[in-house]
Amino acid sequence: MSVLNGVSYGLLLFMLSAGLTLIFSMMGVLNFAHASFYMLGAYFAYQVSSWSNFWVGLLIAPILVALLGGLFERYVLRKTHKFGHVPELLVTFGLSFVILEIVQLIWGRTSVDYPVPPSMSGSLFKVFDSTFQMYRGFMMLVAILMLVCLFLILKKTRIGLVIQAALTHPDTTEALGHNVPRVFAIVFAAGCALAGLAGVIGGNAFITEPGMAQSVGAIIFVVIVVGGMGSLAGALVASLLIGLMQTFAVGLDWSFAGGLARLGMDITAETPGYSLLKLKLSQVAPILPFLLLVVMLVVRPKGIMGTRDD
Amino acid sequence: MNTEKFALEVKELQAFYGKSHILQGVNVNVREGEIVALLGRNGAGRSTLAKAIMGMVDTKGDVIWRGKNIAGMKAYEVAHLGIGYVPESRDIFPKLTVEQNLMLGEKGGKKKGRWSFDDMYKMFPRLRERQHTEAGVLSGGEQQMLTLCRTLMGDPDLILIDEPTEGLAPAIVQLVAEYLRELKRRGISVVLIEQKLAIAMQISDRVYVMGDRRIVFEGTPAELKADANIRKEWLEV
Repeated sequence: MSVLNGVSYGLLLFMLSAGLTLIFSMMGVLNFAHASFYMLGAYFAYQVSSWSNFWVGLLIAPILVALLGGLFERYVLRKTHKFGHVPELLVTFGLSFVILEIVQLIWGRTSVDYPVPPSMSGSLFKVFDSTFQMYRGFMMLVAILMLVCLFLILKKTRIGLVIQAALTHPDTTEALGHNVPRVFAIVFAAGCALAGLAGVIGGNAFITEPGMAQSVGAIIFVVIVVGGMGSLAGALVASLLIGLMQTFAVGLDWSFAGGLARLGMDITAETPGYSLLKLKLSQVAPILPFLLLVVMLVVRPKGIMGTRDD
Repeated sequence: MNTEKFALEVKELQAFYGKSHILQGVNVNVREGEIVALLGRNGAGRSTLAKAIMGMVDTKGDVIWRGKNIAGMKAYEVAHLGIGYVPESRDIFPKLTVEQNLMLGEKGGKKKGRWSFDDMYKMFPRLRERQHTEAGVLSGGEQQMLTLCRTLMGDPDLILIDEPTEGLAPAIVQLVAEYLRELKRRGISVVLIEQKLAIAMQISDRVYVMGDRRIVFEGTPAELKADANIRKEWLEV
């Protein structure tokens, strides 16, 4: 059961990191506002579904987010690009604050009530005494459909071919007559749409609040560093890895103290470092991805499937 | 006063990389269906001239292509007007197959180009054998053929070729020379940036020599052959 929950969380992370890693290949810098587009997706879906229903939100929210992303690329990022990487980085950093403030102005500082649609709540099936939520299954379905679409577009269409070429060799691709700035705007908007879609289905599975961008933002940076910057396959592997790791860790009561005791060592409250040793895995779960990040950077800095030599 | 109609006229062109001033008032003309060689030592500004014509660097001055000033246009717009560029670095897409590389040369407009995949494969049978191979594993010579063919798939009327024979075996250099002559026969103008004097003299109609960021000689290959001073000062190493 944890495996399925972990996979569904991992796939959600992949929807976010796929866009982020594509945009990274394109700009050469991380888009710090990427998780903010995820948050916008959740809030837009909340707003739209409060007017009509969830399904309309599922359709409209990603489109709205893509539009905002496209406008931001066209009128801000593209103008910043010629000044180099640091201004680009700063402008996305600034955007993340602007979005955060706007979200708080409109929807308040606390979480909003964006529920799972009634037709999707309840359990899909039961194994022993644990249930698998129907909505989790729906998340997986949406994520897998998205993944297949992304793959088909990139590998089987002409625009996908141009995108692949433009990501690695923008100047050559443009000299061959392809409108590379437009391709970049499309990639940026599509990446934002994916983040928005992740927000729509993640916002009600977890919680829709102003802090959601920050909490997930840190995790997706870990995902793309561990997976290898710019590698979609790496992002998929790392997303699943972290999704599973998080889900399993939360459910496990292992601690160093317990492990050492089992090995026959006498662990008591007087043992040096007892307060650290007694920590359960479930308690340290939130820092595990960052631990993985540090280990990865030490052992294999380019990530699981990174291709960069530098 | 020269009233002759040229396909391409470069007038008083200056080019900049950031703050450095790479071209200082360059004038070059190319007639329809002519092979023009651009000679000079490394760093003379020849590659920059090609990039400036393509709109890949910041410029001042005029670039007139078939009566239209294209200076300041974006590279993809220049490409759509019929100017093809073959970069020096054999800038293939290494992760894509030979066939996909050629597909990227096509501009995807309504108009069917005068060249087909078959034409390319007939000209360079090696590429047909390797059409489903990742381009990154091809030999240097094969990659050079691929960059030439890729640009040709976009059906240009003028082609700017930067150092096509660099690092190639003599037999392949001859193949490239033959290929350029074939382009000329089909009515395509060629601007050939070249280091090897012999091949440039053999196939070009006219020759420009660049030195120190400007044009220092303009004439026929025979005239250049006769001018030992120019060769000594600007070409020989």
